[in-house]
Order: sequence, then structure tokens, then C-alpha cells
Amino acid sequence: MAEKPRLKLPKEAKKGDVIEIKTLLAHIMESGQRKDKDGKTIPRKIINKFACEFNGKPVFAVDLEPAIAANPYMQFHAKVEESGTFKFTWTDDDGTVTTAEESITVS
Amino acid sequence: MVDRANILFSEYDLNKQLTMAMVGVMIIREEFSMRQLSRRDALALGVSGAALTLIGLDERASAAAKEAADQIAKFTGGKTATDGKISIELPEIAENGNTVPLSVSVDAPMAADNYVSEILVVAEGNPNPGVATFHFSPMSAKAEASTRIRLATTQNIIAVAKTSKGEFFTGQKLVKVTIGGCGG
Repeated sequence: MAEKPRLKLPKEAKKGDVIEIKTLLAHIMESGQRKDKDGKTIPRKIINKFACEFNGKPVFAVDLEPAIAANPYMQFHAKVEESGTFKFTWTDDDGTVTTAEESITVS
Repeated sequence: MVDRANILFSEYDLNKQLTMAMVGVMIIREEFSMRQLSRRDALALGVSGAALTLIGLDERASAAAKEAADQIAKFTGGKTATDGKISIELPEIAENGNTVPLSVSVDAPMAADNYVSEILVVAEGNPNPGVATFHFSPMSAKAEASTRIRLATTQNIIAVAKTSKGEFFTGQKLVKVTIGGCGG
């Protein structure tokens, strides 16, 4: 779980550009449906919330259900009007929050 | 002897393929003893077992569809969603239900005073119909998101979009799944 989330977005953009953002976090996304070899249900453990902010303002967020595949991947867009920092947060069922940041220069 | 073995095998195979067998079938299987049963009994049990499992599957499928409908009703607050404007991109045939690429987009403006605020995605045939809720802002620029999802079986995927003005749009797409992705 210590693996760093993968982010893909441009480093530079022009004012008013719409950029594409791709993120991926390594996570098992245990659905709570599977059983171990003794027939016991493996408890659910998923990322249940993903959010992206730009300079503190919300851009995009997702409520995830167990139907999201392992290593949750998200692709979305953002319109950039100023230079700043994108902040990404992933919230685990157990309360663990993983964050990542990436800045962009807008000219 | 050969016949009996075949019957037993086919019933076992059928049960093995089903993710959740019904209680009734479980009882039958527990009571099943090769030594005490005649061939006719075995056949009868095999048939009734199969029938029970089929009924069980049917009920489960409709229960999931009902839950999906409930989730949509909760999302729209009882309002009717208009068909259209939403497009759902999914492979027509998903060979591996463990990871199926999904893309949803809404053909609507993303202005500060009128934008698509949320998209709910549900899968009618999954044990839990909920898939994801995407939240957008005017800064999202496009009401479009892609991710990868799990699908238990061949089923309809339904998406419902909500705009900041309180309008709802809906769309659905059938996806065939070769190998289900919910463990078992």
C-alpha cells in the first residue's frame, strides 16, 4: 500500500485549457463478496471516496462501490484558469487517506 | 452405475457453476447419500435441485434489479429521468468481468449556473448494484469520466445524470460478460 499513486496530467497549459487527468492507486478493492479457502467471507476493504481539488476548490469526486475494479483508475477533465496545485485524495474503508499533489503552470 | 455417476456429476457441476446456491439445494446436497438412494431418487433430487437453483437465481436477479431501481429512485428523489443525453461506453463483450473499462459522458453544458453535478452508475446484475457516483463541478469542464468496473454477469448498466438545475437524464447499455468478476 506504500506504493505512490500514479498521476498523469500536463505540467503546463494555456489559460482556459481543458486538460485531461488520469489517476491510479494500487489497492486491492476487496469487494466483501469473496470467500477464503475456509469458506469465510473476506471483509470488504475498498477505497470509498476519491476527490480532486485545484487550489482548494473541488473539481471532481467519486463515491466508489465494491464494483470498482482493483487498483482504482479515474480519468476526468479540468479547466485551468491559473497556475496552481491539484490535490488528490483517496479514502480507504479503514480511514486511511492517501494524498498526492501535482502542480501546473498556466500561461 | 455409470448412469448414476453421470447424474451426480451433472448436479455437482451445475451447483459448482452457481455463485450462491439456495438453502434448499444445500439441504438436498447434505442429505444426499449415494448408498441409500436408488437411481430414480437420485434423478428426482437432481431435477428438483436444478429447479430450485433456477428459481433462486431468478429471484436474486430480480432482487438486484429492484435494488438498482431503488437506488435510482433515491438519487432522483422520485423524479422521472428523461431518456438520452447520456452516453455509456462499454465493451459489447467483456471477457473478464474483473476489470471492464467504463466511460460515461453527458452532452450538456458545464456553465457555472447550469452544469451536470452528478452521475450515478448502477449495474443491475451485480450482488450490489451500486457502481459509482461521480461528482462534477463547473471546473470539471466536461461531464465525462472513465474508470474500470467489476461485473458479475451479463447485464444492463444504467447511468443517471443530475444537473445543477435539478434535471435528470438516463441511459443504459447491455454488456455481455464471459467470466464474472465478483469472486466466488
